Amino acid sequence: MKALILIALVFCAVPAAAQRRVISPSDVKSGFEFLGPDLKKLQQDDFANPGTLWVDRGEKLWRAAAGGDGKSCADCHGDARTSMKGVAVRYPKIDERTGKLMSLEARILQSRVERQKAPPLARESEDLLALSAYITSLSRGLPMEANIDGPARRNFELGEAFFFRRRGQLNLACMHCHDANWGRTLFEERISQGHPNAWPAYRLDWQAMGSLERRLRACLSGVRAEILPYGSPEYTDLALYLSWRARGLPIESPGVRR
Amino acid sequence: MKRRSFLSMFAGLCSLPSLSRAQSQVSDPAIVAVTKGARLVRERVKLEMPVIAENGNAVPLKVSVTSPMSATDYVKAIHLVSDRNPVRNMASFNLGPYSGRAELSTRVRLAGSQNVTAIAEMSDGSFWMDRTHVQVTLSACLDES
Amino acid sequence: MSARIQLPAEARRGEIIEVRVLIQHPMETGYRFNDSGTPIPRNVIHTILCAYNGTEVLRAETSSGIAANPYLQFFMVAESSGELLLTWIDDEGVRGTERQSLIVRE
Repeated sequence: MKALILIALVFCAVPAAAQRRVISPSDVKSGFEFLGPDLKKLQQDDFANPGTLWVDRGEKLWRAAAGGDGKSCADCHGDARTSMKGVAVRYPKIDERTGKLMSLEARILQSRVERQKAPPLARESEDLLALSAYITSLSRGLPMEANIDGPARRNFELGEAFFFRRRGQLNLACMHCHDANWGRTLFEERISQGHPNAWPAYRLDWQAMGSLERRLRACLSGVRAEILPYGSPEYTDLALYLSWRARGLPIESPGVRR
Repeated sequence: MKRRSFLSMFAGLCSLPSLSRAQSQVSDPAIVAVTKGARLVRERVKLEMPVIAENGNAVPLKVSVTSPMSATDYVKAIHLVSDRNPVRNMASFNLGPYSGRAELSTRVRLAGSQNVTAIAEMSDGSFWMDRTHVQVTLSACLDES
Repeated sequence: MSARIQLPAEARRGEIIEVRVLIQHPMETGYRFNDSGTPIPRNVIHTILCAYNGTEVLRAETSSGIAANPYLQFFMVAESSGELLLTWIDDEGVRGTERQSLIVRE
C-alpha cells in the first residue's frame, strides 16, 4: 500500500517538474542578444545611449550635498568608482539591520532618509533612477551573483513561486514566455529570457529610463494582471529569483531595450 | 502619319505615368510646403532607415546628399517629411559650405508604418529627394506601468 | 536638463569633423495621456542651434517628429581653434546651452 502511494506521489510530482522548462546554464542569454543591430549599437555607444544621461545625473547627485547635515553620498562612501564597484551585482540582498530583502533602490532610499536626513525620493523619480543607474553602471561587466542562502532563502522561494504561477486575464506565468518560448516572436518582437542584468534601462516604449520594478509592472500589465504598487515585496522577491536565474550574466546598465 | 509626329505622340504616352507620380508629389501639401511647387527629382539624396523599426518612438535615420559643399554649390537645407505622422513636416536642417559634408543622422518618431521623404534644397534653388518605407509595429504587450 | 557635445579633441585646419549632440528632453508630443486620462501638454524643442566661434554651423527646426532625448550627428569644417555653442529652445520658452572646445592645428 505504502509503495502504491509512493508511486502515485512520484507520478503526480513528475508532470509538474516537466512543465518547468528551466533554461540550462549554457543557454542563458542576455536580453541584448534579442535586440536588433541598431539597438545593440545604441546600447554600446556611451555618447548616444540615452540611459547615460541618467548616469551622468546620478554622478552629479552622488557628489551633491543633501539633507539636514548637508552631506553628500561621497562624504561617506568616497569615490563611487571604487566604493560602489561590485555592489549592484549582489542586489537584491538582505539588509543586516532589518532582516528584510532590499532592492538597490530601496537601499538608496534608506540611506538618503536615515543617514543623509534628506526627504525621501519618490519611487521612479528622476533622481532615484539617476542614482540607481549610476551605481549599477559602476558594476558594468561584472557578473550577477545574488546570494540566495540563509535568510534570503525564503524570499528566493517566494520569488520562484511567483515566476511559475499563472496570473492575469491571459492566465500566463513568467515561465510561459521567458522559459518556454524565448527566442520566438510575438508580433515583430523576439521574446527574451527575461533577465534583469541591463536594468535600470532606457526603454524606447517609455521614452525614458526605468527601473526593473517598472519593467515587471509592464509584464503584469501585459498579461492583464493586477499591477502591484511600487515597493511591493513581491517585486523584490521576484528580482532575487531573477538575479539567481541570471547568475553569471554581466551587468549592462544602462541598458537600452524596446 | 509623319514619323516625327508619331514619335512625339509615343513619347507623350510614355511620359504620362511619370507625370502622374510627379503630379502627386507636387500636390502633396507637406511636400509643397518645402518646395513651393518646384520640380523634385529623386537623385543625389540617400535616405537610410531600418526596414522594420524596433519601436516607433525612436527610429534611426541617416540622410546624405551628393554635393561639393563649396561656396557656390552647396546644400542649403535638408527637410524630413512623414506620410502619416500628425505633424508631417518633421524637421528642417540648415547647412552651408561650413558643413563640409551634407550628411546628418538623428532619431525620429514614426506613428505607424509609412514612407519618409528626405528633401535636399540646393543653393541654386533646385530640390532633390529620396524616400524609404519603414514598417512600424505595435509593442506585443500592453504596457500600463 | 542636460546636454552633451562630442567633438574630436583636435583637428587639422580644413578637416571635416563629425559633431554629435544629445539633449535630455522628453519632446512631449501632446498626444499622450497621464494616469487620470488628462492629456499631457505638448512641449517639444523647436529650435536647435550650433554656433562655432559665433558663426552658425547648424540650425535645426524640429517638431514632435524628433524622438525624445534628441540626438543629432552632423559635420563641420574645422577652421580655427574655438568653442562650439549648442543652444536649444522648447515650446515653453526654456533655453538650454552646452559648450565644447576644439583645438585646430595647422
